[in-house]
Amino acid sequence: KPKAVAATQKDDEETIIPTCGTTNCGGRCLIKTHVKDGKIVRITTDDAEEDSLICPQIRACLRGRSYRKFVYNPNRLKYPMKRVGKRGEGKFERISWDEAIDTIYKETKRITDKYGPASRYSTYASGNWGGIASGRTMFKKLMALTGGYLGYHNTYSSAQTSNATPYTYGTGATGSSLDSLVNSKLIILWGHNPAETIFGTSNFYLKRAKEAGAKIYVVDPRYTNSGIGLADEWFPIRPTTDNALMDAMTYVILTEKLHDKDFLDKYCIGHDEDHMPENIPEGESLESYILGKKDGIEKTPEWAEKICGLPANKIRQLARDYAMAKPAALLQGYGPQRHMNGEQIVRGATVLASLTGNVGKNGGWASGQGGFSRTSVASVPQVENPLGITIPCFLWTDAVTHGTEMSADDGVRGLKDGETLPSNIKLIFNLAGNALLNQHGDINETAKILEDESLVEFIVVSDVFMTPSAKFADILLPSNTFFERHDIGLPWGYGDYAILSQKVSENLYESKSDYEWLTLLAEKMGVKDKFTEGKTEKDWARWVVEETKKQDPSFSTWEQMQKNGIHKWKFDKPTIGFEKQINDPENNPFPTPSGKIEIFSKDLWDMDNHEEIPAIPKHIAVGEGPESELTKKYPLQMIGWHYKRRCHSIHDNNPWMEEAGKQEMWVNEMDAQKRNLKDGDIAKVFNDRGVVQIPVKITNKIVPGVVAIPQGAWYTPNKDGIDTRGSINVLTTLKPSPLAKGNPQHTNLVEVEKI
Amino acid sequence: MAQLGFYIDQARCIGCEACVIACKDKNDNPVGVNFRRVYSFEEGSFTEDKNGSFIQNIQSYFLSISCNHCDEPKCVENCPTTAMFKREEDGVVVVDQDKCVGCRYCEWNCPYGAPQYNEELGKMTKCDLCIDLLEKGERPACEGACPVRAIEIGPIDELRAKYGNVSEVKGLPTASITKPNLVINTHKDASE
Repeated sequence: KPKAVAATQKDDEETIIPTCGTTNCGGRCLIKTHVKDGKIVRITTDDAEEDSLICPQIRACLRGRSYRKFVYNPNRLKYPMKRVGKRGEGKFERISWDEAIDTIYKETKRITDKYGPASRYSTYASGNWGGIASGRTMFKKLMALTGGYLGYHNTYSSAQTSNATPYTYGTGATGSSLDSLVNSKLIILWGHNPAETIFGTSNFYLKRAKEAGAKIYVVDPRYTNSGIGLADEWFPIRPTTDNALMDAMTYVILTEKLHDKDFLDKYCIGHDEDHMPENIPEGESLESYILGKKDGIEKTPEWAEKICGLPANKIRQLARDYAMAKPAALLQGYGPQRHMNGEQIVRGATVLASLTGNVGKNGGWASGQGGFSRTSVASVPQVENPLGITIPCFLWTDAVTHGTEMSADDGVRGLKDGETLPSNIKLIFNLAGNALLNQHGDINETAKILEDESLVEFIVVSDVFMTPSAKFADILLPSNTFFERHDIGLPWGYGDYAILSQKVSENLYESKSDYEWLTLLAEKMGVKDKFTEGKTEKDWARWVVEETKKQDPSFSTWEQMQKNGIHKWKFDKPTIGFEKQINDPENNPFPTPSGKIEIFSKDLWDMDNHEEIPAIPKHIAVGEGPESELTKKYPLQMIGWHYKRRCHSIHDNNPWMEEAGKQEMWVNEMDAQKRNLKDGDIAKVFNDRGVVQIPVKITNKIVPGVVAIPQGAWYTPNKDGIDTRGSINVLTTLKPSPLAKGNPQHTNLVEVEKI
Repeated sequence: MAQLGFYIDQARCIGCEACVIACKDKNDNPVGVNFRRVYSFEEGSFTEDKNGSFIQNIQSYFLSISCNHCDEPKCVENCPTTAMFKREEDGVVVVDQDKCVGCRYCEWNCPYGAPQYNEELGKMTKCDLCIDLLEKGERPACEGACPVRAIEIGPIDELRAKYGNVSEVKGLPTASITKPNLVINTHKDASE
């Protein structure tokens, strides 16, 4: 008989230490490290006995399971370096930590003395999204303690929805707990692809909803993994045309009298001419717009199908099914709002939810931002920025080139009337971030701005790898990973849990956490004690756990968190967004100026830019969309998506992830035929902003006329400046969306050619 | 112990490959060696309508598959060194690496592509159903990884009693070749 195999080997010498990835991943999962002789030999995840509707296991996705190839990647940055070549060229020389900190100190002082504290900026960076001691957080504290800094608001993920949603509801917190979805009859995933983004616990609950009998529809230019695994039907549309579809759905619902008139009359303003704010001219209500009272265009399914590409009968089906399934949940992802007209897409969905009375209902959904949280941990004390000025995070390149011309009109907050920014950005700290280049718009233009040393005079970067952004450092610092430090991990809204991100290994090589080296800098700047308050990162993590327990005695002890890694709260029933406002409106008005759901927003009307920023959501044709003149030159729409194998740009250099998801561009069969492209061909994708070379995947899982490049690949130019990796932002713009000043990263026209 | 096998809820598979990576991590497999694999299938096309809209009939589904620890494993039958064998106690098909000479004959004979050649070792490797974990009372890597809980491992009789007898879907070879210990809840687009 053949001898038994490996199965009988004993692994008793393994220790299991739970921790949590603090990269800006949607899942924020429980990572159990199996450690042997100080080395992580395997990663497992939550295997708790209970895996129920009110207490699901917090399982890691493929990204979480691949972290060994992240932490032990041989290409990690190993010691501090200074730039020796031209900025951006990527030539560096090893230096000591002493020299690095000394140089940063001197340059910070020089620039602050010359240009003032408003010249100091830390770019949007989410590579360390830990809640308590990330570089992002600690930069603010250090700079606030030493005179201030230019801050930012918005995110690259959600600017349009976070700014637009409150114009309807007065808040972005429009979500419900996901256990409510088991009560839905119909769920529409509108540009929402949690199978890849791993949006909190969404996958678990959508599956439960499906089992409970919910029908699921997907509206998306791509037939996504979520669509394939969950949906009954896919409704493909062209990007940026969502509101044409929504307008036509509204037309069907209104004209077939499928709307909830009682709901509208009781809770909303702006839906018809009888329910308008004062001093607004006639013909500006939603109903008037939909019926074409003013512009003469009835927003019929036949009108919309030409624009959005979805046949009129399918538009009718979508409208009727959504209006008649009660309750129904229209869940929006963030992809559709990262468009030049993204604010309209967000508000359009809030109108559909209101029109059908799905707001405040168990199994319904208010749409819009969908922000949700019913649990929290104690906040680490912050120091207020004495300058109190913030810019939209996407406009930092403007603040480099002409900051002193930027005012409230550019979305700057904290300035007095008529004021502009006191200084251009002269000093950048880019800590665990790739939005200095790779994840920002228009890489070629951004690189030009960064290369000019007369603009930004000094750039500090800390990172785990030599990313495209890191190449633009003057001083480049080797960051440790979350396996080598302490923090607290919280999910992207959905999920009632907190995880201790626990140190598993000593710092590898000469790496340090941002907290550790910023402490050295703080010491030189004379504010160490105020900066650390006498605490290490571990002390802060323990402080958070213990403070939380003081406020909520049910919370785990520090020892329990160290052992279990995770604390899960349990709720015996769902928490429904706006339930109070709907059940008892007298005592609970919506937090809007009118106290109602504002289908028509007087605040938006008063901005007096009705074409770009209408008071009711409308279809607005964008400059780079299917209706634009530019399609003659660049006939294809190009969008990105969050690919399962990366968390933004993290894991692009992870070999297991490259195998799980190759970097390639989706092209529809019809478009490929016209260009004589075969599956696997290398194509050239280009517009006026740049050129990308990328392998082509020919698939009918994308609507004709649209190509899609998964976002986050690392910009890798050849000697001619052509990107050879497939970095989408070579083709995107620096122009922001009108209201939010957000990044319209999916609004692009391109042409594709075989090489 | 009874014959072990897999239940795959293909209808719910989101193609994420968490199972693939969890398996790779457990077995320390390099790029190119995948005891579990997720295949993606698609059919159908778009037709342009007169009004500029598109009619489509696209169908697509994923299939996560490893070794099916078959009743009649062709890999075992055709192994020239008897390195590949089926365990009596639970029917799990494993490789005795002391005997394996890396001829890859099993790979050619398996209709599912289950045996995986490891170049570094110069030998065949494959899914052993994580019998080491099962012995410790833990769940196999792929089962414990699936974000939509679409993989279940257990005695095949019990799985069949719970989930039925489907072991063939569009894109898979006929079950009559090897009699796989596999039960599938078929995706709507993958019915024959």
